[in-house]
Amino acid sequence: MKIGTPKEVFDGENRVAMTPDSAKQLMKLGYECAIEAGAGANAGFTDASYEDAGVEVIKTAAGLWKACDIVAKVRQPDATELKRLTSDKTLISFFNPAGNEEGMEAAKAKGANVIAMEMVPRISRAQKMDALSSMANIAGYRAVIEAGNNFGRFFTGQVTAAGKVPPAKVLVVGAGVAGLAAIGTSTSLGAITLAFDVRPEVAEQVESMGAEFVYLDFEEEQQDGAATGGYASVQSEEFRNAQLAKFRELAPEVDIVITTALIPNREAPELWTEDMVAMMKPGSVIVDLAAEKGGNCKLTVMDEKIVTENGVTIVGYTDFPSRMAAQASTLYATNIRHMMTDLTPEKDGQVNHDMEDDVIRGATVTFEGDITFPPPPPKVQAIAAKPKEVVPELTPEEKRAAEVAAFKAQTKQQVMLLGGGGALILLLGLVAPASFMQHFIVFVLACFVGFQVIWGVAHSLHTPLMAVTNAISSIIILGALMQIGSGSFLVILLAAASVFMAGINIFGGFLVTRRMLAMFQKS
Amino acid sequence: MEFGFTTAAYVVAAVLFILSLGGLSNQESAKRAVWYGITGMALAVFATLIGPGSGLWWLSVPLIAAGGWIGYQLASKVEMTQMPELVAGMHALVGLAAVFVGFNAHFEIGNAAAANASGMDAVKDLGAFGQLIAKKSAVEISILFVELSLGVWIGAVTFTGSVIAYGKLSGKVSSNAEKLPGGHLLNAGAAALSLLCLIWYLNTGGILPLLILTLAALFIGYHLIMGIGGADMPVVVSMLNSYSGWAAAAIGFSLGNDLLIVVGALVGSSGAILSYIMCKAMNRSFVSVILGGFGGTTGPAMEVEGEQVAIEADGVAAALDDADSVVIIPGYGMAVAQAQQNVAELTRRLRAKGKNVRFAIHPVAGRLPGHMNVLLAEAKVPYDIVLEMDEINDDFPETDVAIVIGSNDIVNPAAQEDPNSPIAGMPVLECWKAKQVFVSKRGQGTGYSGIENPLFFKENTRMFYGDAKASLDKLLTMID
Repeated sequence: MKIGTPKEVFDGENRVAMTPDSAKQLMKLGYECAIEAGAGANAGFTDASYEDAGVEVIKTAAGLWKACDIVAKVRQPDATELKRLTSDKTLISFFNPAGNEEGMEAAKAKGANVIAMEMVPRISRAQKMDALSSMANIAGYRAVIEAGNNFGRFFTGQVTAAGKVPPAKVLVVGAGVAGLAAIGTSTSLGAITLAFDVRPEVAEQVESMGAEFVYLDFEEEQQDGAATGGYASVQSEEFRNAQLAKFRELAPEVDIVITTALIPNREAPELWTEDMVAMMKPGSVIVDLAAEKGGNCKLTVMDEKIVTENGVTIVGYTDFPSRMAAQASTLYATNIRHMMTDLTPEKDGQVNHDMEDDVIRGATVTFEGDITFPPPPPKVQAIAAKPKEVVPELTPEEKRAAEVAAFKAQTKQQVMLLGGGGALILLLGLVAPASFMQHFIVFVLACFVGFQVIWGVAHSLHTPLMAVTNAISSIIILGALMQIGSGSFLVILLAAASVFMAGINIFGGFLVTRRMLAMFQKS
Repeated sequence: MEFGFTTAAYVVAAVLFILSLGGLSNQESAKRAVWYGITGMALAVFATLIGPGSGLWWLSVPLIAAGGWIGYQLASKVEMTQMPELVAGMHALVGLAAVFVGFNAHFEIGNAAAANASGMDAVKDLGAFGQLIAKKSAVEISILFVELSLGVWIGAVTFTGSVIAYGKLSGKVSSNAEKLPGGHLLNAGAAALSLLCLIWYLNTGGILPLLILTLAALFIGYHLIMGIGGADMPVVVSMLNSYSGWAAAAIGFSLGNDLLIVVGALVGSSGAILSYIMCKAMNRSFVSVILGGFGGTTGPAMEVEGEQVAIEADGVAAALDDADSVVIIPGYGMAVAQAQQNVAELTRRLRAKGKNVRFAIHPVAGRLPGHMNVLLAEAKVPYDIVLEMDEINDDFPETDVAIVIGSNDIVNPAAQEDPNSPIAGMPVLECWKAKQVFVSKRGQGTGYSGIENPLFFKENTRMFYGDAKASLDKLLTMID
C-alpha cells in the first residue's frame, strides 16, 4: 500500500506529516511512500531529500490523493480534501471530531476510514503516537521563547559589574504537557518558576522539573485528575475563588505568565482576569496558550499580540508548533509512523484496522461508512496516583512506651521459649539414661554456639560457608574410622566406602573454600 | 592415657571448627578461618587413627589419600558457576556415608550381642566400638536403635535429595517442579511407613525394618526435591546442608562420639539459619517452599500497562557514558550465560572513567546462598563494591543507571505495589527508582514464579534483549 502526504492547505501552516526519516521507517513496514512536491519546504525538507530517502514526489495534490491508499496530514481536511476521499482510503490527521460534524458526515458518505490524531487515548502504550502531547511540548517550549522575545529583561539573575539583575519570575498555570515543557524551559533559562494546577497530584512532577508548586489554602477534597483520563475537569465555585485569590496575590510579583489551562470540549476557563492584568508591572508578558478556545485571559486576541494600556504584552498566537515547523514535523511524523506500526502488526505493508485495539478504536472517527465517534471508554484506565499516607510522628514518650512494650514482649517470648525448652529437657532426663543425657548436653550447647556464630557470617560469604560446613560435616569419617577395625567383613566394606567418600569431601570442601576465599579482593 | 589424648584432641578440634565458622564474618578473617577448619579436621582424624579401637591403618590411610586426590581434582577444576552442583553433590556423599555408618552400627550391635552371649573373650575380639556397645544396658540399646535409625533416615533423605538437587542444578534433571500423582500424600505415607518401621525395629532389632526405613527415606528425599523448582534451590541446598549436619549429629549420638555431635550440630544449625535467611528474603514460609510452588493469589493481578521498549547496545553505551553512578543487579541469568567476566570488565572500564559502580545482591539471587558474590569475586570484582539489598536499596533514587542482568523476580515492583501478587511482600531491589533502568534479558518471558514483571513496562526501563554475554560483548566494544 502507498502512504502519501499532501502539502498543507491551511494558511500559515508550515508543518508536514512525513519527513525523509519517517518515510524510511514506513518503508521498513512494507509501505511505499509519496509526497506532494514542496510539501516539506516550509519545514526545511526539500523534495530532493525526500527523493534520496526513496519517496516518490508527486506534482499535484489531486494526483497524490488519487495515488495513495493512506493519506497522512497535519491539519483537519478542508472540503476539497474531503471530496477526494474514497471508500478504500484511510486518512490520518487532526480532525477535531467534536466540532467537525460536517467533516465526519462527508467522510462517512465517502466510506473512508478516518483516524483522528487528537483522539489517541491517553494511556502509556499510546504515548508514542500522542500527537497532542508532542505538539503541546513544542507549544510549551515556544511559549517561553516567545515570552522572552517580548520581555525586556534577562530570565536569570546576575550580579554584573554594571549592577545587579534580579531573576525573572514566571508563573505557569496548568501543568499538563505544555505546562511542564514551559516549566522546564523557563527553569533552564534561569527564571524563578512557579506553577499551578488544579490536579494536586502533579505537584511532584512540577517540583521534579525545578519549579515551585503553588498550593491553595483550600480544604475540600480535590478530585483526582486521573479519573478523567489525565485531563483537568471543571472545578467548584469555592475552589475557583480560592484559586483567583491566590493569583491576585501573585499578579504584582510575576513578570511572565504562561497559561495553558484547557478542559476538553469546553471553552477555556478564565483564570487571569482583567484586574490581575492591571496589577502587573509594565513590561510583563502573558502568553495565552488557550487562545484558540477563547483564552484563559479575556483580553487575549486570538492569533495576535497586543499591548495593554499599562504596558503588559499579551501573546495570543495559536500556531506555536507551526512556528517551529522542522521540530514539530519531525515529532508529528514520528507519531504517525508509530500509528502505522500499530496498524501494521505483520509489517507486510497492509493495514490491519483492528477495531478491538483500544488505541486504534479510540482514534478512529469513521470506519467503513459509520461514524464511530465518540469512542467507548478505553478498557485500560490510567492508574490514579494513590494519596500519600502520612505517618504521624511519634512523640518521645510514645517512642519510649513502644520500646518498653517491645522489650517486654521480647522478654516474655524468651522466657517462654527457655521455660518450654527447659521443661522438655527435664522430661527427657526423667526417662533417658545418664549416658545419653551427657551427649545431649553437648548437642544442645553446640546448637546454641552454632546459632550464635552463624548469625555473624557475612551474606556475601554464604557460599564459602556452605562449602566449609560441607567439608567439616565429613567429620562422619570418625565414625567410619572407629568401625573399620571391626572383625566383620561387611562392616569393613561399608566403613571403607564411608572413609573414601568422606575423604573426597574433606579435601574437596576445604580446597574449594580456599579457592573461593582467595578470590575475594578489596579494591 | 591414649583415650584421654583423643578426647583432648577432640576438644581442640571442636574449638577450631567453631572459630572456623565464626571467622567467616568478614572476607579477610575468613582466609585465616579456613586454616582453623583444616587443622581441626587433621587433628580429629589423626587422633581417631591413633586412638583406641581403630585398626586397619593400611586400609584407612590409602582410602583417605585416594578420596583426597579425587576431592582435590574436583575442587581445582570446578567452574565457579558450577558451585551449586558441587555443594549439592558433596552433601550426597555425607548423606550416604551417614547411612553406611548407621548400618555398620546396626551390625555391630548384632555382633556385640552375639559376643556377649558367648562370653568375655569374644567381646575382646570386637573393635573398640563393639566393646562399647557390649557394655550397654537394654535401655541404652533401645536409645541406640532410635539414634541410628534417625541417622540413617536423615542420611538417606540427604543422599537422594542431594543427588536430585545436583541433577537439577547441573541441568541433568528438569528444574521444573514435578510430583508423582499423589503429591505430598506419598511423602506423608513414606514418613508414616518410616515411623512404623522404627517401632518394628525397636521391638525386633532385625535388619528388614531398617532396610525398609532406608528405602522410604530415599524415596522421600527424591520426591521432595523433585517437587521443588529451580529458583527455590538456595533454600533446598541450605536445607540439605542442614540435614547432612543433623545426620552427622545423630550418628554421633549412636557412636557416643562428642565431636561428631558438636560438628553435626554446628553444621545443622548453620544450614537451618541459611534456609531461614533465604525464606525470609522470599517472604515465604519454609513449609511453603518445601511443599513447592507459589501459593495461590488472593485476587486478580494488577493490570500491567505500557509496553516493553527495546534498546540497542549503542543506546546503553551512551547512557552509561553520561551516568555518574551505576548499580548492577546480577541474577541467575548472568551465571547461566557465564557473563561474569564481561560484567567485571564493564565495571573496570566504568570505574576507570571515575564512575561510581556498585553491585546490588539480593539474598536469593542465583541458585546458592551467596552465589553471585562468589561469581563476581571470581571475575575479580572487589568485594567492597558488592553490596547487600539493605545496604543499597535507599540509594536507587540517586542512581543514574541501574543494569539488571539476568534477574527477574528479585526486581519485581509487583511485590510492593500489587497486594494480590503471589510475591507480594517479598523484599525486592527497588531498581525502578533509578533514573534509567536497563534490563538484559533473553526474551520477553516471565521469571521463575511465572508472574509478569511490571518493571519491564516502566517508562524509565529499556529492554536490552539477547544473551547476557553476547549483549555485554557488544556493549564493551562501545565503551573504552
